[in-house]
Amino acid sequence: MTDPKGDRDARDAGTRTQDGSHETRDELVRADVRELEVVEIREGAFGAHGTGDTSGFGGLTRPVIMPGASQPPYGGWYDEVAERFASGAGLGDAIEKIVVDRGEITFYVRRQLLLEAVTHLRNDPVLRFEFCSSVSGVHFPHETERELHVAYHLLSMTHNRRIRLEVTAPEGDPHVPSVVSIYPTADWQERETWDMFGIVFDGHPGLTRILMPDDWPGHPQRKDYPLGGIPVEYKGGTIAPPDQRRSYS
Amino acid sequence: MTDIFDDTTDPYASTTESAEGPVFTVTGQDWDTIDASAVEGDHLVINMGPQHPSTHGVLRLVLEIDGETVRDARAGIGYLHTGIEKNMEYRTWTQGVTFCTRMDYVAPFSNEAAYVMAVEKLLGIQAPEKAQTMRVLLLELNRISSHLVCLATGGMEIGALTVMTCGFRDRELILDLFEMITGLRMNHAFFRPGGVAQDLPDGAIEKLRSTVRLLKKRLPEYAALCNANPIFKGRLKGVGHLELAGCLALGLTGPVLRSTGYDWDLRRKQPYWGYETYDFEVVTRDEPDAYGRFRVRLDEMWESVKIVEQAIERLAGMEGQPVMVADRKIAWPAQLSVGADGQGNSAEHIKHIMGESMEALIHHFKIVTEGFRVPAGQAYASIEAPRGEIGCHLVSDGGTRPYRAHFRDPSFVNLQGTSVMSEGGMLSDVIVAIASIDPVMGGVDR
Repeated sequence: MTDPKGDRDARDAGTRTQDGSHETRDELVRADVRELEVVEIREGAFGAHGTGDTSGFGGLTRPVIMPGASQPPYGGWYDEVAERFASGAGLGDAIEKIVVDRGEITFYVRRQLLLEAVTHLRNDPVLRFEFCSSVSGVHFPHETERELHVAYHLLSMTHNRRIRLEVTAPEGDPHVPSVVSIYPTADWQERETWDMFGIVFDGHPGLTRILMPDDWPGHPQRKDYPLGGIPVEYKGGTIAPPDQRRSYS
Repeated sequence: MTDIFDDTTDPYASTTESAEGPVFTVTGQDWDTIDASAVEGDHLVINMGPQHPSTHGVLRLVLEIDGETVRDARAGIGYLHTGIEKNMEYRTWTQGVTFCTRMDYVAPFSNEAAYVMAVEKLLGIQAPEKAQTMRVLLLELNRISSHLVCLATGGMEIGALTVMTCGFRDRELILDLFEMITGLRMNHAFFRPGGVAQDLPDGAIEKLRSTVRLLKKRLPEYAALCNANPIFKGRLKGVGHLELAGCLALGLTGPVLRSTGYDWDLRRKQPYWGYETYDFEVVTRDEPDAYGRFRVRLDEMWESVKIVEQAIERLAGMEGQPVMVADRKIAWPAQLSVGADGQGNSAEHIKHIMGESMEALIHHFKIVTEGFRVPAGQAYASIEAPRGEIGCHLVSDGGTRPYRAHFRDPSFVNLQGTSVMSEGGMLSDVIVAIASIDPVMGGVDR
């Protein structure tokens, strides 16, 4: 999704499309979907910018919108869990929003209250999410002040339920409280997320790189980190490395 | 000139001072260089691996030992990191399978299964029944072959070479089946979003049946050789002990969890692809040690054989049914066939797109180069791999490539049990404990 020609800067600064026909963010996103997560504005159809695209589709401008907040009732056991979750001591405004999409429920949790939230989720007998399946990061460079996301996949073996927690942090302050004290299994997974995304888990017992070498610069799975690779010559033709090939946006 | 090119001293193996006293570094055959009178106790830090033959691939262990007792064990990983997750962000949704199949190379179908399940969840589609049955068949055959590798390498590491040769001999039978069905012994990329790449080849049912017959004859050999073997039991019993609470806290799943007596198996608890319609038992055992895990794996192979037999019978009655969704905007346009010059696209298909239909050619070109779009959103799909829960978290931004793909690999998570399983035990038991986790470093490091 990176823009090799630096169009992103122009887009962010002027918020005007390539052909200058209209302002992107204000016009393209309808007023009633403003609360949805616009993660990117996509231009053109073939990844070519400037004069390279003669298809006529180069002027296409579409916002990338993630599924928006759901309203209760959420259906099934979701309501019971959501209610019980929000009723935890001090968790009144821990939940930013709830998204039910594709049969999965996601709680967006304010990072300041994450530790209290997972403690409640694990210990409450009605919730009892005793198992933390997965911790990982996602980088949305276009989501200002919410660039870094951490997704926690919790599993309640007692009730046979799965939920997802998501917390966000701005790139300028990439701190999220560590949940290792509640879920020791998060130890390596938080280290991996630090390694790959540069998210600092405060309170982690030893936040060091785990997959990359100790002295590696940068965090490879951020979107602005290049994939790397060299052009390959084969029978007279040159094939560019994967991140520099033409792509369909 | 300083002697930076002096090859008589090793800067990494020199004596240094630390807050706790002098640190001596020896690398082998140079113990007599240490002044014994300056050393108190026999506290040693040993670096095992990453190329030690007993560490299951490139796993590095930093062991602090006191005599032969392990005081502290830490695992160092990352030596096999290949950036598969990042690479997948630069390929189409279909091409993603070719990357993730290379993660846990002993159980490649599990990786593919978790990935395609997540893609299908995002697309809101379901593979046809025959494709699901073929997936179950391959997953269970793969479970047997993966457990065989676990027994084989685990046996080899404690010196039971017969177990090793038998294990690899029988795994070969299953790899032959994989080769017949997918064309490859590993790195299959056979599961595709929407179905599987290819229908069963002619004669597959007979070959499957005869191999299962042979497997059933050979599987009892492991029990006969190991179950009551005093040396085998002496090495495995009580080693790598980890109770249920420890498993849940550290996130261990699979045979390690089931050896504590808890019947957690996603095939039963959160069934997928028709697992609820197969007749099999979830194997548990109340011996949370290396021996218990060995027995769980042994019994699980029999349960997998039961599922495989049922899947074969179902497939025998499904001849001619589709193995890919009918939606031509998702299904791969070409079928493979074996020609005189090896494997390639079917001649029928080439004739159609090159000689008959311009639209078909455009469609083929678009779907192969551009791929299909997946509506924006995220999904987490998990299945029961031979080593435990493998999960795939996929984020789509509505484009033709995954915006983010993350794999919760069971080897990666389970390996966190190394410390608690080996500390306080003997040095030689570290190897047994790790073998009982059965980590595959390709999956750990991804």
